[in-house]
Order: sequence, then structure tokens, then C-alpha cells
Amino acid sequence: MDTSEDILQQASPDLVRGPDTARRTKAARLSPSFISWLQAGPMMLVFLSFFLIPLVFVVIVSFWDYNEYQLLPTFSGRGYTDTFEGCIAQLPELCTIGRTYVMTLKLCFLVWAITLFIGFWVAYFLAFHVKSKTWQVGLSLLCTIPFWTSNVIRMIAWIPLLGRNGLVNSGLVKSGLINHPLEWLLFSEFSVVLALVHLFTFFMVVPIFNSMVRIDKSLIEAAYDAGATGFQTLVNVIIPLAKPGIVIGSIFVITIVMGDFITIGVMGGQQIAAAGKIIETRVNALQFPAAAANAVILLVITFLIISMMSRIVDIKKEL
Amino acid sequence: MTETTRKKGFSRRTLLKGTAGLAGLAAGSGAITGFPYVMSAEPKVLRYLGTAVNEGDDISKQCLKDTGIKIEYITATTDDVTKRVMTQPNSFDVLDTEYFSLKKLVPSGNILALDARKIKEFGNITPVFTKGETPGGKKIGNQGTAPWKVLYLEGKDSKTFSKTATEFVTLIPTVYNADTLGIRPDLIKRPIGSWAELLNPEFKGKASILNIPSIGIMDAAMVVEATGKYKYADKGNMTKEEIDLTMKVMIEAKKAGQFRAFWKDFNESVNLMASGETVIQSMWSPAVTKVRSMGIACTFQPLKEGYRSWASGFCMSKGVSGAKLDWAYEFVNWFLSGYAGAYLNRQGYYSAVLSTAKAHMEPYEWAYWMEGKAAEKDIKAPDGSLLEKAGAVRDGGSYEDRMGGVACWNAVMDENDYMVRKWNEFIAA
Repeated sequence: MDTSEDILQQASPDLVRGPDTARRTKAARLSPSFISWLQAGPMMLVFLSFFLIPLVFVVIVSFWDYNEYQLLPTFSGRGYTDTFEGCIAQLPELCTIGRTYVMTLKLCFLVWAITLFIGFWVAYFLAFHVKSKTWQVGLSLLCTIPFWTSNVIRMIAWIPLLGRNGLVNSGLVKSGLINHPLEWLLFSEFSVVLALVHLFTFFMVVPIFNSMVRIDKSLIEAAYDAGATGFQTLVNVIIPLAKPGIVIGSIFVITIVMGDFITIGVMGGQQIAAAGKIIETRVNALQFPAAAANAVILLVITFLIISMMSRIVDIKKEL
Repeated sequence: MTETTRKKGFSRRTLLKGTAGLAGLAAGSGAITGFPYVMSAEPKVLRYLGTAVNEGDDISKQCLKDTGIKIEYITATTDDVTKRVMTQPNSFDVLDTEYFSLKKLVPSGNILALDARKIKEFGNITPVFTKGETPGGKKIGNQGTAPWKVLYLEGKDSKTFSKTATEFVTLIPTVYNADTLGIRPDLIKRPIGSWAELLNPEFKGKASILNIPSIGIMDAAMVVEATGKYKYADKGNMTKEEIDLTMKVMIEAKKAGQFRAFWKDFNESVNLMASGETVIQSMWSPAVTKVRSMGIACTFQPLKEGYRSWASGFCMSKGVSGAKLDWAYEFVNWFLSGYAGAYLNRQGYYSAVLSTAKAHMEPYEWAYWMEGKAAEKDIKAPDGSLLEKAGAVRDGGSYEDRMGGVACWNAVMDENDYMVRKWNEFIAA
């Protein structure tokens, strides 16, 4: 995705721009375009060898045939036709892949909306209400706590909390609010969304916070002086100026959730379909071309979503 | 790369891929050939790729002590072991894998069959593998990839399984067991006797099944057959119609909310059961033991339709030759000589050569694990932790009863590709 360099720049503008100007004066004799290439070179190389070339292989393999124990390098659309099996025959009912993507997109939308809401306000608080830099850094580090444990530990930890005999249920039963434990607390769409939000709000907070701290405070003062209410300032000044951060955070969250199968698997009790899960099942059955075909489909869909989002906000222009 | 023994024994089919990298480093060491082997200071090292069942630290330590062979474990899930044999056949020397993988491994030509004449105890391997019957003469169910169907090859480099005994053995058996449903007797409070109970609406929202397609569908088939809906010619090799029928039953159950969750690794199954999220589910023997060692009642329930069984064994990479080949045979012979067998038996698995394992076990241990008798003394795990108090009897009883009650074996179907697609449909339903 061509946005990764933008993201880098957005995340640490000083890092990218600082040395850039310093070096330009020293190496004035070299043509500026050559220097630009030189600077972009390492990133391009990494991008090429660890992303583009493997991706090309995935696309090629997705059009191969296979049997139980090997890849057959002959052209075959089997990976794709098998994936869309029954999609027309079963109409109006959705086929497996259709259902899987409806579920994946639904989870993706919910997680995106909730992380955006929470992330925005956390970032807002950090940027405008916390005055000291040290506290800002300290508090944003707190947001990384969910990452301190491994996936396995987290998975085990949710059961005593949300399970049938878990803390929440026994608390609710004892307080007399409910008679029977709530089954939907765990191994449900609710628990999947909860776990994903818990994990990925951080990815919203950081870019939005980064956009917000760069908002010129005098703009807010000007809005205040012009008689704008707090809400008007928020809608007309802060949100438009925080847009790049919002879009970048959204891209993070959406790409991760679209491809996730571990958290969805664990929290959904392996009963909830996910686009990534299909790929995993295929890989485990040594059906690499089918897995590759599914990966290509996932990539195309994710790419469509992201290009739609970058339609809404031109990140390059906003930076 | 080497965790503690028990932990490893349990996580054999989990997604631990972390160890894969180390094997890459080790890959180079196999390339040193072309020199005549002399008894030099060159250490005898074998790279051992396998699921974690047999890979105990105690086993490798004892092996080093007895034979001077240093075992380097490369631990992966069953699926990942197969993947590795296909894609990096030179990254290991000795392979420890399940018999049902052979349908994929043998045609790939990446593994080397063993010469039965070089295996000292070959004649003493339990008839479960060679004849499909228990030592007491009970016939064992042959549905699925039963080991005796794929034990021999027609020739050294043949890719065809031989129906009669030859000296070319695909896998020398190491460990096997008979799996059934685990239940929480304290929560169910009535006897359970049939696989059909898994889909009994009484346990709505409290049942679970294994989310490994090739194994899960076998359990599903046991259930379908137990309910009397259909009788399979071979549960381990279904036709497309049979797969459709099986999955239809499972999808209906899933939609009705029968299942609490599906599990994929050992610890998940233990957690589901121990926390009471599920009260009935497909399970592995050591997982039941683990739940019980937490002080929670859990039974590995024998059922009238029988057990679903699995078995693992040794072969080598086709890249192994010269001195390394001799070490590999030495290692396999050592493995069958008793220490390792006793170790596996004490975990609730079964060893391939019963007589040598027996010699390495206390009589009371043998009586408990293998003869189904009440324990005379406390039963301890290989690491010394208490498994059962004196007086306990093993679920399912003796070796004869448990292995004799096997109905089918883990398998790879001819319609595997279709089955995997249907399984995805089941998950998405």
C-alpha cells in the first residue's frame, strides 16, 4: 500500500524532515532528484523485497493447481472457483464466502466505529487537557497495556471474567439483576468486538493524538474569539484538522481487523467466520493455491475500502 | 525450543510455529557428508521433527546418556510438520508424524522408509499395528487411515502401500491412543454412554468439538452414526454426499446453539472443561488428566460406539545417509527399548513395544495404566506430580478394552479438499 511512507511521515515528521534539510546543504552538488531517490531507496528496497515480490508470488500461486501433496504449476482458476462455489446456485441465500465477508465486514465496521469514538476522545483528552508533555507521553504509554501480555494469556484471562461462571456473570447474578448467567458475554460477536476494541483502540489514539497536538492553538482561540461554542469549535476546527490522523488510524484498524483470525477465533469460540480463518484452514490443509486465492480476494477488498477512505480525505494534501 | 515435557506433550497440535526458525539454522549440519565416518569427536546429532507428544526432555537426556546421540527437537503442529516435510525436506533427519499424514507424505517422495530388519524389536511391536488386533486377539475397527493399511511399502522407493508385510516400513510406531468424549460428571449427573449425547439438546450451549477439520469430521461422523441417522461405509473416507450429510447435521446443531465453542489446542480444551463452559466435548486423554489434576471431576468417557484412534511413528528424511542413517536406526532402536515407552505409558498414551516398556515400569504402574486395575499406590506423572490417588481406576479400563474398542482412525479423505471447504461453510453457518 502506498500509504506506508505517509504513515511514517505522519508518525514522526521530525525524523523524516529534519536530517533531510540538513543534508541537502552539504551535498548540494548532487542533483536533488538523485538525493530523493537515495533517501527513498532503503525503504523501497525493503518494500520491494519483503512486500511486492512475495505478493507477486501469492498472485501467481493463486492461479496454480494442486493436489494432496504438491503444487502443480499449471494455470488453474480452481482456487477462485472453489471459493465462490455455490454463490449463484444458492441465491438468494449467501454462499460461504459471502457470509464470511458479511461477518468480517460487520465486525470490522463495529470495531472501527467504537475504536474511533473512544480513540478520538482519549486523544482529545491527551492533546487538549493534559498540559505537560511528560504526562502526555506517560498516559499514551498506558494505552499499550493490552499489548503487554501474549495472545494466549489474554485468551485465558477472558474466561474467568466473562465466562458462564465468571466475575461479571456471578456479580450480576448475586446482585439480583439477572437470574441466569448471560451466555452472550463470551464466545460471541460481543466478546470478539470487545477484545478487538480493547486491543486496537491504541492504533486510533496515536495518529489522532499526533494530528491534534499539531493543531495551532491560536486557531482554537480565534474560534473562541469569534464566538463559536465548544461544539462548533470541535466540529468546524478540530475534527477537520484531525482528519489525517483519523484516516490513518482507521486504516490501521481496518487492515488489522480484516485479516485477523486469531482474536476472532479465540473470542468467538472458533464459531465465527473470518476471511483470515478461511486462509488459515486452507494453508493447514496444504491447499496453498486456494489459500493464495483467498488472500488475493482479501487484499483486493481491503484495498478497495482503503482507497475509498483516502477518497474522502486526501492524506498527502493534508499533511 | 524445548519446553518442559508435559507442556509439550499437550500442545502438539497448537499453532506454535516459533520453533521453525531454529531448524533452519540446523539445516546446514546435515550437509557434511562425503567423508568416511570414523569414531571421531564429531558429535552424534539428530534433528527430530515432530509433534510434541514424544518429545520429552527426559527422553532426549536419557538417549544422550545411553547412546551418545544428541536429539535436537523441532516441534510443530501436525499440520506444520506435514508442511515442513513437503517444503523443507532437508531441514530434519528423523521425522515423527501421524500415520494419516502418510497419504500426503509418501507420494511426495520426501521421506525414507525404514528397513524392518534393522529394527531389533520389530517382531515385538504390538499387533495393533501389524495385524489390526489387540494382543488378546480382539479385532480393531479399520475405518479411516488405520496404521496397518499404510505400514508397508512395496519397495524401497515405492510410492504404493503394500497390502502384505514387506521389509520397507513407512513409520515405526512410537505412540498412539484411543480418544473419546470428555465429560463433567459433576455437572451432567447421569451416565453418558453414546456419542449421540454430544448433540443432545440437554447440553445446549455446553458442548464442544475439535476444530481440526480432518479430526473434527470423524467425531461428527461418530455422532451421526450413533444417532442412527446414517451408517458410513468408512467414516475416514466419506463420499461427497456423506460429507454433505454429516455437515448438515452439524450445521443444524450449530445454528441451534448446541456448541459453546470449538477448540483447537490442548489448553483451550482444558480451560473450556475446567471452567464449566462446556460439560461434554471431544478431548484427549492427557487433557482429561490435566483437568482432574486441578481438582475438577472429569471423565474420559468410554462410549458404546467405540473410540477414535490415532497413531504416530518414526521415519527419516530422504536426505539422511551414511553415518547419520546408522545413528537414526540406533535412535529408533533405543526408543523402542523401553525407557521412552514407559515414559509415554505413564502419561496415558501407549507405547509400541509393550514388553520393553513393561520392564521399565513398576508393576503397580503397569497394572493401573495397562491392565485397568485399581491403583495400589498413588499414580504419578513422569515429572513426579500426582495424577491419581491410590484406588483410582483408569477411564475405559485396560489396554485390551480401550484399543479393542477402537472404531475408526484419524484419516485424510480422498475428498479432503471438498471436506475442508464444507468445514469452512460449517464455521460460517
